[in-house]
Amino acid sequence: MTDWSGYLYLILQGALVTVELTLMGSVLALIMAFVAGLGRLSRFFAVRALATAYIEFFRGTSIFVQLFWVYFVLPLAGFELTPLQAGVLGLGLNVGAYGAEVVRGAVQSIGKEQYEACVALNLGRWQGMRHVILPQALLLMLPTFGNNAIELLKATSVVSLISLADMTFQANIVRSQTGNTMLPFATILILYFAMASAISWGVRTLERRMARGLDGVRT
Amino acid sequence: MSAPIIKIDSIAKSFGAFKVLDGLSMQVMPGEKLALIGPSGSGKTTILRILMTLERIDGGHIQIDGEHLYHMERNGQLLPADERHLTRMRQKIGMVFQLFNLFPHKCVLDNVTLAPMLTKGTPRAAAEKRAMELLDMVGMADKAKNMPAQLSGGQKQRVAIARALALSPKIMLFDEVTSALDPELVEEVLNVMRKLAAETDMTMLLVTHEMGFAHDFADRVLFFDRGRIVEEGKPDEIFRHPKQERTQAFLKKIIAAGHRV
Ligand SMILES: Nc1ncnc2c1ncn2[C@@H]1O[C@H](COP(=O)(O)OP(=O)(O)OP(=O)(O)O)[C@@H](O)[C@H]1O
Ligand SMILES: [Mg+2]
Repeated sequence: MTDWSGYLYLILQGALVTVELTLMGSVLALIMAFVAGLGRLSRFFAVRALATAYIEFFRGTSIFVQLFWVYFVLPLAGFELTPLQAGVLGLGLNVGAYGAEVVRGAVQSIGKEQYEACVALNLGRWQGMRHVILPQALLLMLPTFGNNAIELLKATSVVSLISLADMTFQANIVRSQTGNTMLPFATILILYFAMASAISWGVRTLERRMARGLDGVRT
Repeated sequence: MSAPIIKIDSIAKSFGAFKVLDGLSMQVMPGEKLALIGPSGSGKTTILRILMTLERIDGGHIQIDGEHLYHMERNGQLLPADERHLTRMRQKIGMVFQLFNLFPHKCVLDNVTLAPMLTKGTPRAAAEKRAMELLDMVGMADKAKNMPAQLSGGQKQRVAIARALALSPKIMLFDEVTSALDPELVEEVLNVMRKLAAETDMTMLLVTHEMGFAHDFADRVLFFDRGRIVEEGKPDEIFRHPKQERTQAFLKKIIAAGHRV
């Protein structure tokens, strides 16, 4: 009789790593999405070019290869990273590139009349962006951001490549030690699904709350 | 006699190959209430948008309050205006749009206070006090905490007027501010504008198809056709005794369409 509670503990430890990676990766992805997405709309050619290069590069190569580079090749150039740092960096940069296009699309979909109201009220470019355009665009970004975060969660399993003991990594350990495939993988299936559901729920709640602001009375 | 507050000197504006304005010149005196009328596509909106710096001119000069709008004087030379110069010049001008252009994510009060707080550094308390005075003036004080989506068109437009006034511009531009409204809501907006015209010495430029209102409101009426001023004069002269054939034809058509003069 195998002691399942010990193995379950192992998987839960992995789950913690997965959650950690997802949260930190999402924060980095969010930052990159805004930096690169707004960068693509910049007045300055150099900024636009840099943002475009980043976006195209990270969308055009696989997360697998990117992670490999961050963890195994960067140290050759003198950047030594822990597996967790490398994982967050790889995932954040990758998903941020997709998010950047979401930010750009949402900002561009705000009507011309809102920009013109900003000019007529003499707001500076950044003031208008910050106080008028982005708050409205954010509502449009949210659903896709939710999808991106779930993509990021699912992508975390590639970090076992760089010896990070995430949920999938631990499930593999359990399988090799017990010879049982069904139980560990059913467990992580449920856990992944629960985490993805939590993200969906969180984003939907946020979206509802923000949308309510648009037609309610502010108190 | 004082100097004109707006001096437009043979400006040109094209959209692609289409020349909307070609050598237009006109002047507006401080405090003057001007109505711009004319057929659709004659360039009325374009003139207001150029004054608000929403469109650039291809040639000519505009002076506002004695200063060039699109040019800066540097060592006796006229250079194209940079963003800083435009920002300074825009302080003198406000605009109210046909479709209100309120900020949908901000309540009525915040719509009015946003620009003074950001562009003039007005403290929130002072900005809100002034905003409430203005909202009271346009009859919207009781809706200060409502979101724009909860307002009727006429209410939105009154808020938009208060929002533009909050920056205390010397010149206000109104582009068909009632033409998107249901007929029964037009009067409440026109009343606000009547009050504004009576109580302030702001210079006001009004583009409108409401000939009756233009008649009562304006000190001077300009009739435009194809980017040119065909006829100008006191409201009575233009509306009762138009001299030009095109003005007569236009007014006839408007009256036939059911507008009162
Ligand atoms: N952004 C633009 N691109 C191309 N053409 C334009 C643009 N804006 C205006 N025009 C054209 O310029 C001409 C003048 O337009 P404008 O809006 O100034 O007319 P208007 O006198 O305000 O007419 P209306 O009474 O219909 O509002 C029109 O023929 C219009 O189609
Ligand atoms: Mg027009």
